[in-house]
Amino acid sequence: MLELSNLYKTFNAGTINEVNALQDVSLSIEDGSFVCVLGTNGSGKSTLLNAVAGTFITDNGTIILNGVNITRQPEYKRARLIGRVFQNPFSGTAAAMSIGENLALAAKRGRKRGLGQVLTATILNELKEKVKTLNMGLEDRLESPIGKLSGGQRQALTLLMSSWLRPDLLLLDEHTAALDPKTAGKVIELTEKIVTEGKLTTLMVTHSMQQAVNLGDRIIMMHQGRIRYDFRGEEKKRMKVADLLSLFDELRRKDQIDNRVAELLELEYV
Amino acid sequence: MTLLIGSITIGLILALLALGIFISFRIFDFPDITAEGSFTFGASIAASLIVAGINPVAATALAFVGGMLAGAATGFIHTRFKINPLLSGILVMTALYSVNLHVMGKSNVPLLSQNTLFTWFEDFSNNISGKDAVVNLIGWSVPARDLWTLCFCLLIIIACSLLLFWFFRTNIGTAMRATGDNDQMIRALGVNTKVMIIAGVALSNGFIALSGSMLAQFQGFADVQMGIGMMVWGLASVIIGEALISENSLGMVIAGAVIGAVLFRLLVAIALRWGMNPNDLKLITAGFVFIALVLPGIMKKTKKIKLIQ
Repeated sequence: MLELSNLYKTFNAGTINEVNALQDVSLSIEDGSFVCVLGTNGSGKSTLLNAVAGTFITDNGTIILNGVNITRQPEYKRARLIGRVFQNPFSGTAAAMSIGENLALAAKRGRKRGLGQVLTATILNELKEKVKTLNMGLEDRLESPIGKLSGGQRQALTLLMSSWLRPDLLLLDEHTAALDPKTAGKVIELTEKIVTEGKLTTLMVTHSMQQAVNLGDRIIMMHQGRIRYDFRGEEKKRMKVADLLSLFDELRRKDQIDNRVAELLELEYV
Repeated sequence: MTLLIGSITIGLILALLALGIFISFRIFDFPDITAEGSFTFGASIAASLIVAGINPVAATALAFVGGMLAGAATGFIHTRFKINPLLSGILVMTALYSVNLHVMGKSNVPLLSQNTLFTWFEDFSNNISGKDAVVNLIGWSVPARDLWTLCFCLLIIIACSLLLFWFFRTNIGTAMRATGDNDQMIRALGVNTKVMIIAGVALSNGFIALSGSMLAQFQGFADVQMGIGMMVWGLASVIIGEALISENSLGMVIAGAVIGAVLFRLLVAIALRWGMNPNDLKLITAGFVFIALVLPGIMKKTKKIKLIQ
């Protein structure tokens, strides 16, 4: 169970570039729930994910994951509970290191790392079995540097890495945005498989309304740092891409009205 | 021939420096100029302790520890106060200059009549091959003690290389390599990258101080100026090693750094013998590193132009 209450985050406070990226965001996600986060550019959807991951410490509010208050914990400590896949396929793996080494690093996510050899025979076998499930023929190339693989392959491996030790929470940050449609489809398929098999609690930011409609059991729509819509259960199942699009239009229209009202007020009173 | 053996021996000693530079520059991508201070720091610690009558092995080990402390200071300044790596190194290097003068009490400590690691090697040679024995090596007669000294240095550097090779394949060593490669990724896997950087820069400077302490014992003195230019020297060695060994597996890269250090020392010895002005040494070293850094980019461009034509 992830519980966010009254989260606030302002970037560049007190300057011209001030951005209120999160404003009073409260959200609770039940165990095993798969939540898709949609939003316009700059709506704060990635910021929300990064706040949970610990990329920065929030200005206000609390984050509680399975009873542990992680609001002030640094990123590396939260990693014990959280698995992550990034938007950039190159962010989730160390390019110069071998496929095997990358995976073995993930096999110790959040655990103590000692002076034992990283690639033991047992872990190599386990590794091979896991990589085989990807059906990409990578199990015979564990020695080669991961940097030589395509973005899709790297993203698939990152998914495998983030869920190797079952995370209490899986964070996916537009993890198919940088891939071509076909590869993106494959990665989404894999995502679905890993999430359902592990019954993982998942928070996925996406720009694709199709993905949001097809995947998961809940849709959250953000705008200007706030959660504006929250659909779950039957309501979520009935959602279609067209419905989501019209909601976006509505949000934009409200924006314009806001701006126009502000202008009018300015003309009247200033 | 004696000159050749002497050069190789110094090359092997400086290979420890190359290993240190390899750790900071290549593994962590951390341009660490602390090297210039910690090289001398190692030399001054070892020299002062040996003059005070401490066992040379203990003195050398303490030099290693001293170097690690210097490196940890740089790493700490960088990670805790977010000061850029180069500036953190400059701060510690500058501070170490005064520290070194305090440790030695003066700017130069001679070790000529002292018991050092190298007098031990000589004693060993005298016991095994007889006093002032001469060995015939492919037509040249070479003092046996020079050969024994070379062998011991070779053993030490092989041991250090193997130790590093082993370490960088352990769980914690792999996490260090990943920190230099992609810190975002390894943080998401639960590694405190700040601690990794501090430990890595410490390890790097430990090896550099070890190199300095051994060079001081070999040449028979420690001098407060002896660290100047050492970072570029080490970098030149690492670059030569990389050029020789195009493969980038961990073992080959470490071996490359060692071979590069020996080769670079030999090149310098030959150039000096041909009458190069020793004052130009650092100028030429710097020029060499500059070319080595720029050349790959230029070669890529010319290749592209050829392809277009």
